This record gives sequence, C-alpha cells and structure tokens, in this order.
Amino acid sequence: MTTTSDIPRSARAFPSLARYRGVVNGAFGMALLIFLWWLGGRAVAGNPNMYAFSSFAPGPTLTRLWTMITSGEIFEMAGPSLYRVGLGMGIAAVVGVPMGILVGRVQQVREITNIPFQFLRMISPLSWMPIAVMAFATWDAAIIFLIMVAAIWPILFATAAGVRRIDPAWIKVARNLGASRTHMLTTVILPAVATDILTGIRLALGVAWVVLVPAEYLGVTSGLGYAINDARDTLEYDRLSATVVVIGVIGFGLDTLCQKAISRLNWTKTS
Amino acid sequence: MRHTPLEPSQTDAVAVTATAEVRITAVGHTYRVGDGEVLSGIDLNIGAGEVVALIGRSGSGKSTLLHIIAGLLEPSEGVVHIGNERVTGPSAAWVMMFQAPSLFPWMTVAENAGLGLRYSGQKEGVDDRVAEVLDLVDLSAFSDRNVQDLSGGQQQRVALARSLAPNPDVLLLDEPFSALDMFTRQSMQQDVRAITKRLGLTMVLVTHDVSEAALMADRAVFLKSGSGKIVGDTPVGLAPKARDLNNPDFQAELARLNGIYSQMQTQC
Ligand SMILES: Nc1ncnc2c1ncn2[C@@H]1O[C@H](COP(=O)(O)OP(=O)(O)OP(=O)(O)O)[C@@H](O)[C@H]1O
Ligand SMILES: [Mg+2]
Repeated sequence: MTTTSDIPRSARAFPSLARYRGVVNGAFGMALLIFLWWLGGRAVAGNPNMYAFSSFAPGPTLTRLWTMITSGEIFEMAGPSLYRVGLGMGIAAVVGVPMGILVGRVQQVREITNIPFQFLRMISPLSWMPIAVMAFATWDAAIIFLIMVAAIWPILFATAAGVRRIDPAWIKVARNLGASRTHMLTTVILPAVATDILTGIRLALGVAWVVLVPAEYLGVTSGLGYAINDARDTLEYDRLSATVVVIGVIGFGLDTLCQKAISRLNWTKTS
Repeated sequence: MRHTPLEPSQTDAVAVTATAEVRITAVGHTYRVGDGEVLSGIDLNIGAGEVVALIGRSGSGKSTLLHIIAGLLEPSEGVVHIGNERVTGPSAAWVMMFQAPSLFPWMTVAENAGLGLRYSGQKEGVDDRVAEVLDLVDLSAFSDRNVQDLSGGQQQRVALARSLAPNPDVLLLDEPFSALDMFTRQSMQQDVRAITKRLGLTMVLVTHDVSEAALMADRAVFLKSGSGKIVGDTPVGLAPKARDLNNPDFQAELARLNGIYSQMQTQC
C-alpha cells in the first residue's frame, strides 16, 4: 500500500506541471467542447434526414470562420453590434450608477423605488420590443433601447448594494475632516463601490450580449444577429455557425476584460 | 513597529500652531423625543493648550459630548465656542480621532494622511506637510504602503497623522487606543501627549480608563451617567517625568483619581 507521503513527493517532481495546471485544465475543457461539437457533427452527417445541416460541424465552420476573418467580413458584422451594445451599456451606466448611489444612500428613495424597480426588473427586456419599435424612429435606436433596458438593472442594483455596504465610519471620518459633497462622492463613495459597479457592468454585459442577437433580428441589416438570420435564409449553415462562434468569442473576451478591471480596482486584501 | 517615545528632535520639524480654548456653555442633549436627557447643563471651559480627560462609565454621554464639540452633532441646548468661533459643524481647526482608525483601504498611507489637506483645497506643500506629519508619528518609511498591511497601532498612528496634517487647534480623542495591546497603547499615550504638548494643541480625551487619564491629561473631568452632569473636576498633578506606570507619584495620583471615580458612582 502506498503511503500518503508519496503524493506530495510526486507533486514536487513536476513543479512546472503544477504551475500550469490552470492553463492545462482550461485547454482540456476547450478540447472537450470541440470534441463534443465534432461528435454532434458526425451524428448529423450520419443521419440521412439531417444531412443538409452537416456544415455545422467544426471543420466547415472553422474553415468558413477563417475566410470571414481574412476577408474582414467578421469586423463588418461585429462592428455595428459592438456599437449598439457599447452605447446601450453606456447609457445604462450613466443612468444606473447615479440612481444606484441614490437608492443606496437615501432610505426614502429606496423605499419609494423598491416595488417599481423590482417589478420592472422582472420584465424580460425582449417584451419591450414592440413598444421600442413603435417609440423609436430608427431600428438602431430601438435596439439600443432594449440593450439599455436589459443592462440598467444589474448596474443599478449592484451599485446600490455596494453603497449600502459602505462603512459609516468612512463617511464620518470624511465629514470630520471637512469633506464637501463632491469630495464625499469622489474620495469615499465611488472608490468604495468601484468594484461593485464593475461587477454590475459585468453582469449587465452578459445580459446585454444575450439580448443583442434577438434584438438584431429586428429590421436592421447589420450586426451579428442579422448575420445569423441572413445565413439561415441563404442556407449557409457554415456561416451561421461561424457567426455563433464569433458571438461566443467576443462575449468571452468582453467578460474577461471586465474581470481584469474588477481585480485591478479591488482594494480588499485577501491574504 | 517601534515603541520608543518620540525624541524632541522628531517634532522640531513642525511649527507650533495657534491654540484655542474650548468653551462649553449650558449644553444639553436628548437623542429622541421621549427618551431621557443624555447630557444636561454641561458648563466646561478648557484652556488653550490644556489636555482634559473626560471620564465616565459606558453610556454616560462622553462620546455624545465629544461629537457636539466636534460639530458632528448639534446639541439640543447650549453652545460650544472654540477660540472666537461658534461651533456649527466640522472644521479642520478641530479634528476628532475615533476608536477605529477607519483608514481608506483604496489609498496609500500618505494619501490617507493628506485627506484633510485635500478637502481644504490646499494644493501647494501637501507632500511636504504629509511627510512632516508621517515623520512626527514615526511612519516615514511607510508612506507608499497599503494601509491594510499595517498593524493596528500603525494604523492608529496614520489616523493621528491624518488628524494633525491640517494643523488643527484642537484635537478630540474618543477612546482611540482602546483596541490596542497594552504596550502599543502605552507608547501611543506617551507619544500623543508629547506631540500635543509640542504643538501646543488643546486636547479633549474621552476615556473610561482612569490610568489613561492620569498618563495623558492635565485635568480630569468626571461625567455621571443617568444625570448627564459633570460631577468632578480635578487637576492631574504630575511632573512630566512622573507620567510613567512605574513611578510612585503616578501610582499615588492614580489612586486618588480612582477614589474620586468610585466615590462618584455611589453618590446620586
Ligand atoms: N445615535 C444615538 N441615538 C440614540 N441614542 C444614542 C445615540 N448615541 C448614543 N445614544 C445613547 O446616549 C447615551 C450616551 O451614549 P454615548 O455614546 O455618548 O456614551 P459613552 O459615554 O460614549 O459610552 P461608551 O463608553 O460606551 O462609549 C447612551 O444611553 C446611548 O444609548
Ligand atoms: Mg463612547
């Protein structure tokens, strides 16, 4: 029987492997996903009823993706989508952060807004679609509105929750040293809740990116959602699945950026 | 962390500030209508450069009175004057130090120490002034450190530097050392008295620890809970050298103050 002391010794024998464990596991997870995709592609190809969809498989998809990258088509698709998400998120942050601070700081505002906000928050952003289409002159504006509606709640609630967790002693210290209202905001409240705001933005980005695609099924003739719809109509399933990959990769990238920003601004010591 | 008392040379860098007396006139306070009076009819004059210890049991209203002096709480009755000014709010001229240092963890030691200067809109000489006060509290080597890496005593020293940076006339201390271990506390008590005397500051120190009062104060004022009145006021007669726990004079003075304190509790 082996003794437990063998285990640390073998771990010490491969220090480099232990160091890259996270990366190795990450690569393994990605490989697993592609393998399952490949299995699915084989199953579809082997089924006579579904043979037409065989270009969903990794091979045709990645080939098509490469031509989309080299031709620049991918940038033409993603550009308008990123613009819409960026603007919608920007408006949501500009409205949501001050509202969140107000809700977190002023009890009366919190009590008055609680029920309306919880009610509005539970409505799927997509159910505003018909109203957005009627209310806005352009399709673009309607989509940006839908993204804003989706993004505002996570930002507002995360900000408010962060503000409520601010140590009252910090406020007292600042007041005692003669801080003005502006000082209170810039030197205490905003730095104290910076990570909460970014966490809200990260959550909001997740929702906004999900809402984007169905929103772009609306009248517009650009963007990733439109590209998917268009590929379906022209039966180019390899283009369709390549677009799906692009959506996933961009979403993943934006989320990683948010995570990086959060850990940069995080002032809590975990040691 | 070094526990050595400050050398006089370390305090030479800072110019002696103007001092101010504190006059408390007929101050009374009730927190909520229906609740009893926490303070009633408090009259107290504190001379410029004097160190007064406010002693009383928990709940006797010491913090309440200190918040009123600091302008952080408006009294239900009465007025407070500091120098020629009537206290109507917080000011950089009278600064309070709390039990917890409550430093801002998103700022460095130096940024924390410079907060009061930043709030007063001072732009020039901030770095020099911050370096001066950090030197005064013996933390020059720590100016760029994360405050979360500091010990409790070091954090409280940063809080002291933060209070001193705007050059206040009056320093108000609300049990600022009670969370520290005995040795750190003792060195802080000696250092703070030395710095205060060096700068000629007027100081009000709230405590329920009579030996802290004997170590630091020129005068002890006793607050009685329940009535919210001052029931004792006596000078602390100790030579600078006798402010040491092991000095026989200190032990005698401590016994005298303890006698007043316990006698006061039994009176009605
Ligand atoms: N914000 C407040 N609202 C209502 N009552 C208060 C408030 N702060 C203090 N009190 C009450 O006022 C009385 C005096 O409180 P205070 O904090 O001034 O006492 P203290 O002498 O500082 O006590 P300790 O030594 O425990 O700090 C207590 O009975 C307390 O319950
Ligand atoms: Mg108190």
